[in-house]
Amino acid sequence: MNAAEAIAHRANASMAISAWRPFLPLVWLALLGVLALMLAVAIGSVTIAPGEFWAVILGEGSELHRTLIFELRAPRALAGFATGGLLAVAGALMQILLRNPLADPYVLGVSGGASVGALAAMLAGTGTAVLSGSAFAGALLSTFLVFGLAHGTGSWTPARLLLTGIVVASGWGAVITLMLAIGPTDKLPGMLYWLMGDLTYAQTPWPALITLALVCLLVIPLGRSLNVLARGPLQAAALGVAVRPLEWTIYVLASLLTALAVTTAGSIGFVGLVVPHMLRLVLGNDQRLILPACALAGGALLTLADTLARIVIAPEQLPVGVITALLGVPTFLVLLYRSR
Amino acid sequence: MTVLETQDLVIDIPERPDGRALNLRMEPGQTWGILGPNGAGKSTLLHTLAGLKPPRSGDIQLDGTSLSRLRRGTVAQQLGIVFQERQDGFPATVLETALIGRHPFLSPWQLEGGNDLEMAENALEQLELSDLAERSVSTLSGGERQRVALATTLTQSPSVWLADEPTNHLDLRHQVAVMNLLSGQARAGRTVVLCLHDLNLAARWCDHLLLLYPDGEACWGEADSMLKPQALEQLYGQPLTWAEVDGAPVFVPS
Repeated sequence: MNAAEAIAHRANASMAISAWRPFLPLVWLALLGVLALMLAVAIGSVTIAPGEFWAVILGEGSELHRTLIFELRAPRALAGFATGGLLAVAGALMQILLRNPLADPYVLGVSGGASVGALAAMLAGTGTAVLSGSAFAGALLSTFLVFGLAHGTGSWTPARLLLTGIVVASGWGAVITLMLAIGPTDKLPGMLYWLMGDLTYAQTPWPALITLALVCLLVIPLGRSLNVLARGPLQAAALGVAVRPLEWTIYVLASLLTALAVTTAGSIGFVGLVVPHMLRLVLGNDQRLILPACALAGGALLTLADTLARIVIAPEQLPVGVITALLGVPTFLVLLYRSR
Repeated sequence: MTVLETQDLVIDIPERPDGRALNLRMEPGQTWGILGPNGAGKSTLLHTLAGLKPPRSGDIQLDGTSLSRLRRGTVAQQLGIVFQERQDGFPATVLETALIGRHPFLSPWQLEGGNDLEMAENALEQLELSDLAERSVSTLSGGERQRVALATTLTQSPSVWLADEPTNHLDLRHQVAVMNLLSGQARAGRTVVLCLHDLNLAARWCDHLLLLYPDGEACWGEADSMLKPQALEQLYGQPLTWAEVDGAPVFVPS
């Protein structure tokens, strides 16, 4: 290898590295996620010191700490992480699908359907397993309803989908109000907490976590197509994107993610709208970066918010949706105010 | 290099009679101009030629293969289109916007490499946009955005160029630069098809013309045979005065 070849070789190697450099923020966000999870597990009614924490992780430590970490706090922290990630990814996908930066996972009425399902189960006095199933069924019902109605007899446009979703969502809203009005007083707090989003009902984090991981793997190769789609369906088609199948894929994926998130923790507001926006303001608008970043940042945000919700007025707990909104609103406004 | 052909093509404009079916053969090295008044169907024809809008009847072929039988991705590797209207819903820089022209050539897991970046930067340079590379497209003027759109298609580097009023919003100097760039593409063996409003740009840079009338009638042929004042006056419903400047006819409304 002569000198010129060596230089060219090195240039190629550094090119390969610099091509991956934009993805460096994912490493930081992953660290943030791990930190948030560790905090969530360590803090609470009984605070676990770092030394004791490591002892438990290494398989030692007291019985009380082991139960606290592995059976109570870790499942809830992981469920919170998964829910936050699902909501943020679903929000980012909806914003691309509707080409509307104001879209969030609930804009098409998925959470309304889920809420009606969940509240009905609560009114009937069923257990949490039936409640989850009922919420998931409500979410899917709403998804198909909106999709079928928006399809109608004419063409299928984002504007029409959005309008159908908003109208269906307000229909669900009316049913929810009706249920709250006629519901027995002793069940009202539980119902209201569920509507605000509450991780107390989270049973197992695994379905949500596994789905989140699978969906991230699925959408990363779609990322560049989504970048092109963000510039309008005609431009996307002109650059070789099969627009209609891609839009259907996004719609089904985003609805499924939202349904799963709502089933896990009720309708937690704001994560799905704000996390994708914050990341776009900071990281730009490459979906290959934004979608996995949403999964990590949304997860970290909700995990931290839930930790706060558990300790702010301990021993009572706040619904986590209150915290996400209280944290999210000012952060978002500051970022927006500072952006060009 | 690619031949774009139509067979008995009737574009689909609602509530308009079929008119004359188009049998065009647009060959590498040719620059076609599509002329016609507002609403004659110039943009619809261009979208139909790109396979983005189904025709009412007839067929469009790229090198003898029907467009409808080709995958969208395959079409996009050969045919590029510059739209008249654009949608910038989400923020993106000028360089990022040009780079999406490489989309048809990359596999889903592939990142844009040094070669793609080089093509995009080269395209920006040709359209005098290098200094704006890191600017957000939403902060640009209409003429600058028009050049960004052209740069995106130049990065795509298709063998068939379709452009809908490529000189829209451009000042005089950039109009000339863009027309030179497009006819340069034709000289390099590509097929170039332009919708134009300016007769004089068409007269100076196009070697073939297609006149589209609002009732669906059409005629086409070599530019010399089409640039007849009577035909053009009838096309636009506007009396014209014309003169010869530097060997090319110049038309002005009388």
